[in-house]
Amino acid sequence: MAILETQGLTYTYSQGTPFEKTAVDHVDLKIEEGSLIGVMGHTGSGKSTLIQHFNGLLQPTSGKVILDGRDIWADKKKIRDVRFQVGLVFQYPEYQIFEETVFKDIAFGPKNMGLSDAEIKRRVLETANDIGLREELLERSPFELSGGQKRRVAIAGVMAMEPRVLILDEPTAGLDPAGRDKILSHIKRYHERTKNTVMIVSHSMEDIAGFADKILVMSHARLFCYDDTEKVFSRAEEIAEIGLDVPQVTKVFLELKRQGLDFGKDVYTVGYARDLLLKQLAARRGE
Amino acid sequence: MENIIEIRDLHFAYDAEDENSEPTEVLKGIDLDIHRGEFVAVLGHNGSGKSTLAKHINAILLPTSGTVTVDGIDTKDETKLFELRQRAGMVFQNPDNQIVSSIVEEDVAFGLENMGIPYEEMRRRVDEALKAVGMYDFRLHSPSQLSGGQKQRIAIAGIIAMQPECIILDEPTAMLDPQGRREVMETVKRMNREKGITIVIITHYMDEAAQCERVVVMDKGRVVIDDTPRKVFSQVEKVKEIGLDVPQVTELCYELRKAGVSVPEDIITEEECAEALKKLFA
Repeated sequence: MAILETQGLTYTYSQGTPFEKTAVDHVDLKIEEGSLIGVMGHTGSGKSTLIQHFNGLLQPTSGKVILDGRDIWADKKKIRDVRFQVGLVFQYPEYQIFEETVFKDIAFGPKNMGLSDAEIKRRVLETANDIGLREELLERSPFELSGGQKRRVAIAGVMAMEPRVLILDEPTAGLDPAGRDKILSHIKRYHERTKNTVMIVSHSMEDIAGFADKILVMSHARLFCYDDTEKVFSRAEEIAEIGLDVPQVTKVFLELKRQGLDFGKDVYTVGYARDLLLKQLAARRGE
Repeated sequence: MENIIEIRDLHFAYDAEDENSEPTEVLKGIDLDIHRGEFVAVLGHNGSGKSTLAKHINAILLPTSGTVTVDGIDTKDETKLFELRQRAGMVFQNPDNQIVSSIVEEDVAFGLENMGIPYEEMRRRVDEALKAVGMYDFRLHSPSQLSGGQKQRIAIAGIIAMQPECIILDEPTAMLDPQGRREVMETVKRMNREKGITIVIITHYMDEAAQCERVVVMDKGRVVIDDTPRKVFSQVEKVKEIGLDVPQVTELCYELRKAGVSVPEDIITEEECAEALKKLFA
């Protein structure tokens, strides 16, 4: 069943002024519960505007956003509940940390939901574990932590609300390769434990390639595609054309194909490329 | 070749937080020469000391011990601070933190105004700098309407206008999308090629480092590798041990070699990789 659905979703900024701009244009989407989705699109493609609709930060100019079968704007007073069910982690979330201790900062969201102290504690401990923050850090001031740790505290704060859909806007921006891999593996751990839907916005197809089940691509305010990772990557050429970066290995295999050496497969990770090449080489030796 | 930057036994420690704690030593004895006109990438994971090193080149930080000399000026010489910063300009990571003006051309003129350059000369230099980074058509726009990549090019123009010998860029593309990254890298490469400006660029992107002439890898406050990108990335295991990546094509060829397939070990570009694979299946 679809957890999140959009029907003809359209959003126009500054309507009726000379700066009028349609940032999301008739997007129809069905997001299945429990998927791990990569969201891609170049700057100005409308992806940020789109995700801000998912938890009601923006109200559609026209069209609908349906969460768990209900139009989220059917009753405006209930929009706060929507924000508990769809958690949004902004870019550079470490700038939003404010509490005295790591524990309190992670507990802030659950507390606002009116949960019991015991439940809050359970959630803080579990999410801290998912995101890789040791228990002894919980009583420290978040401002004493490193940048990468602070970012994980901020992410944990949203995770602890156990939203049915967790959306992270470029959670790896500005991190080094080790920090990037760490954050992604922790998000994956959270996804495996909770089985909740997770969406990650990223510019890097390399990051997303080995990670997401499904990929959503926005281009020029429209939904370019939403499909299984493999199927989306099989359109690597088109994706490169709309200004997104495809992984280096994918580019190499596209180039080989252009030169007449076609392996008949779409390649987007190093591991897959190695296995494919080794198999082909073995087959040739066998001939 | 003549050195533009000379770093000798550079140590740097942040002050101790209180009397009970030790000062934190971030740079532990760096010796580095950068030649005039070189294009150098500095790699290292977060906390390796690479930004701290960069900040020593234009005297944002001063050595705890050791010396840094840029174009003959010791960075500790306060009387020459202005001259130093004019010769070695710095571009930072966040495009929004380094724009001071509400009109693009005024922003580019900011440094020149501080230097007291006459109006005619300033006009000429600003126009030239904006043309050099491909932003001349935007000279009367507000920076707030520009993309991140465009803002970084404005920041670069502001430095170019001061006619520097050297530009230091501290992760200039970290906050940009692929399009913006390409724009900035192309601009920097052109400045190096056409104006002979020495470039020191700190980056987390291995494909960017692969485009440079020389790669300096830092780890735990020391320089651990200093060589051409080809030689650096062919040490796949060592580079990974430090917590860095190699370009995907390098990794693929490394994996193939490990499996007994004979491919060259110094492949760092897509073209080279495609060529090597074609040979395998020829």
